[in-house]
Amino acid sequence: MPPAPAAQTYLGLSGPALQLLLLVLSLGAFSFIMWKRIGLLRLGAPDPRFDQPGTRLKNLLIVGFGQSRQPRYPVAGILHILIFFGFLILSVRSVTLIGEGFQPGFAEIGPGYSSVKDVTALAVLVCCLIAIVRRAIFRPARYHDRLAHASHAHEAYIILGLIALLMVADAVYEGSAMALAGTDARAFLPLASGASELLAGSATGTLEAFHLTGFWVHNAALLFFLCYLPVSKHFHVITALPNVFFLNLKPVGEIKPPRHDEADLDEIEALGVGKLEDFTWKHILDFYSCTDCGRCSDHCPAYFTGTPLSPRMISIKCRDAAYTGYPILGGWKPKAEQPVLVGETISDAELWACTTCGACEEACPVLIEYVDKIVDMRRYLVDAGRVPASLQKPLADLEKRGNPYGKPSRKRAAWIEAGKEAGSGANPEGEGERGVRTLAPGDETDHLFFTDSCAAYDPRIQETAGAFARVMTAAGADIGTLGKDEVDSGHEVRRLGEEGLFEELRDTNLEALGAREFKSVVTTDPHAFNALTHSYGLEQPVRHHSQVMAELIRNGKLDLRAPNDDRVYTFHDPCYLGRHNGEYQAPREVLDRLGLRTVEMERSRNRSFCCGGGSLYLFYEGESESRMGEARVAMAEKAGAQVVVTACPFCLINLEDAIKTTGREGRMEVVDLAELVDRSLSAPAD
Amino acid sequence: MEIIVCIKRVPDLSEAEIEIGRDGVSLVDDDLDYDVNEWDNFAIEAAVQLKEEHGGRVTAMTVGDEESEDVLRRALAMGTDEAVHLVDDAFDGSDALGTATILQRAIADRPYDLILTGAISGDEARGHVGPMLAALLDIPMVALATELSVDGGTATIRHEVEGGLERITRMVLPALVTCQTGLNEPRYVSIRGIRKVSGMEIPVLEAGDLDLDGSQVGVAGSAVAVEEIFLPPRGEGAEMLEGSEEAVVEKLVERLQREGAF
Repeated sequence: MPPAPAAQTYLGLSGPALQLLLLVLSLGAFSFIMWKRIGLLRLGAPDPRFDQPGTRLKNLLIVGFGQSRQPRYPVAGILHILIFFGFLILSVRSVTLIGEGFQPGFAEIGPGYSSVKDVTALAVLVCCLIAIVRRAIFRPARYHDRLAHASHAHEAYIILGLIALLMVADAVYEGSAMALAGTDARAFLPLASGASELLAGSATGTLEAFHLTGFWVHNAALLFFLCYLPVSKHFHVITALPNVFFLNLKPVGEIKPPRHDEADLDEIEALGVGKLEDFTWKHILDFYSCTDCGRCSDHCPAYFTGTPLSPRMISIKCRDAAYTGYPILGGWKPKAEQPVLVGETISDAELWACTTCGACEEACPVLIEYVDKIVDMRRYLVDAGRVPASLQKPLADLEKRGNPYGKPSRKRAAWIEAGKEAGSGANPEGEGERGVRTLAPGDETDHLFFTDSCAAYDPRIQETAGAFARVMTAAGADIGTLGKDEVDSGHEVRRLGEEGLFEELRDTNLEALGAREFKSVVTTDPHAFNALTHSYGLEQPVRHHSQVMAELIRNGKLDLRAPNDDRVYTFHDPCYLGRHNGEYQAPREVLDRLGLRTVEMERSRNRSFCCGGGSLYLFYEGESESRMGEARVAMAEKAGAQVVVTACPFCLINLEDAIKTTGREGRMEVVDLAELVDRSLSAPAD
Repeated sequence: MEIIVCIKRVPDLSEAEIEIGRDGVSLVDDDLDYDVNEWDNFAIEAAVQLKEEHGGRVTAMTVGDEESEDVLRRALAMGTDEAVHLVDDAFDGSDALGTATILQRAIADRPYDLILTGAISGDEARGHVGPMLAALLDIPMVALATELSVDGGTATIRHEVEGGLERITRMVLPALVTCQTGLNEPRYVSIRGIRKVSGMEIPVLEAGDLDLDGSQVGVAGSAVAVEEIFLPPRGEGAEMLEGSEEAVVEKLVERLQREGAF
């Protein structure tokens, strides 16, 4: 019979005493480390994340236990899912083996579990070995961040090695017992039987030594593992599930308020995040939960085009700063002496490089938030006056004239007049048809067309607005604008951190909207759509023109002619229509109804690749190796498309630009969805 | 260190549709937006940076109507400690000497080590007030500074001179420096920043407070008067250079050289 570890004496210590010593040491160290880590969370800004427990639990089950974000990367994802479920199954084994250290036979909880845990252990061991080989030999580019200063790669090997060691030690413990007992496998135990066969033939004393060594190595490694987690990047083993539970439940497209405990901007002492402790506790928990997997940066268009931004490094650098400023051993520095976060740990240029497209957040398996953090840090920069020169002029123009182009506000509705004069039909004078009107205070309409600055002033985008107006007119819809009373929606103003200016723009628009009667708001700009939907608190529904047109076509309000076009079309999902508002279907429905040949890009829907950013981002002159729009048209070409369809003025501008700068003019075209519908209205009958 | 910055509120004419008034010497300002003179913004930023480096106090001053309080608020939001508003109907229509005289009266009795002004104003474009103010105060001055540092009782200034030359000048304080583009990158002033200083008291000084009478300032005290302002007649149509990209560039460079652009 194999010797029971609990029945032996080790250097004068009984088995249970040794187990108790290990347990007390490790739990003591673990509690101390966790107390320090939680202490830092308590310094963070407040964030109410305890609401809607049902929804949180549901997300915990789907994204946490269900690992729903993992399969986007098939190999790594499947390995992770196997190791994750292996952990859950083997956690019972881990506990019972510690019990075995106190009482012989504690770990024998039935042949059924033995088989399950043995198969699981084998699977986990194989997964760890594949993961090690993958990292060491195949070296996926995702693991090596171009902007990383200090590598945390060794931690991955330590953890994978420790997990493998746990599996092997248990196998040696079990295998030697089987060899000592001399019985055939009682149940299906492939890993233990394998170990037993390897050990078979050894002397009894050797087998006994293997048995006891396997046991104590397993338990010691397990308890070391527990303490190593919170000091390494594998803290996620502990924090990932809570991080998912405390997920952001506000609509994705919405930006967090500067403070959750102070609604009045002017009452906030220091605006935004300049120091680590200015982050909310949840955002610090995000830092703890980052596993350095690189999925965020792998999807980040700013990282792709060689800007100074890598979202992954935001987490890693902030966490490194947190662990330096608030170490486990030694005293914490007072807040005033903490390292400078914004400007040193995270550079200004890094923060301005983000287009807030949200691809990083969509990719993160543990729901780490980036956009809110970046906006919070920008708020700090704006408050400190540290705004890039290229953005100061358009911001000043927004303040004075309500648009970033510096154009007079009274010219805001000029495109409607221009359309009339040029006979383009934005305001056709056909009998019984109403074109787009400029609404005076007190006027009524069904569809209030919020044009936003780009459609109002950019000559190319005025064409899109005109096309949409013609479509609406053809459908007999009643549509009107705020005219010169409209100002910029403030969408990008807010995302660039100028909260005060955003509030002023919003209030000006709300006043103009409040003075008119309308049933719904419609806009051709997903950015305005997002701002009006989430930040304006309107009673009336806000809709994007793709949704309105899909509905008109569905209801047979538009007389569409069969297309005479054999080109291949692809839809480029605008970030603020798709990822931030979940509308992927409406534009595709319109394309389908138009009867066009379509193809999907590899990065489509929630994996869509940002065109370069809208509104104020068009003015920003930051450093980058290439341009997002250029990368995007290359993706469209790769998918076999000749026409890129989009539903956002800025996507149109950026992609049209990219077609010119990459010499694709004549071969490729970009159109807005409204222009396509308009074309099929006016297409000559076959 | 005591620093005084002289600033001015001017119309932003870059995107505006300019219309000349019936009198022929003024602009119709219905659609004009006003802001602090661009060059004065460099002066404010320089003053605030010097204060941040050496300590001391910065006072912003303007000669202008009631609405000019805007630019003083903006200067406060950028970090100046005080603002003084020099306003009186009698000041209307002052020429550069008149404006310099008003400023000199307001500054003379105050302690100061350095006076900063913009090199030029966006509306008048004469560049006279700074030098005249230095002359009235009888202190040394340097114009068109692109770098500025202070060490004890001296200021070191890098500035432009004729022929594309640049010069480094050292000057004993108190002194006056007019600021040119490139001196710094002025900080952004957020709406919140403006709102924070909205309650700050801005002392107003009128002609009587400065012992000035109407004969010294305003239209009556001006030696310089505007005869007429007008938009220059449209030139002949643009000439398009034909050919490949390289050929066009070559032709352009040749033409520019010939016309003496370099």
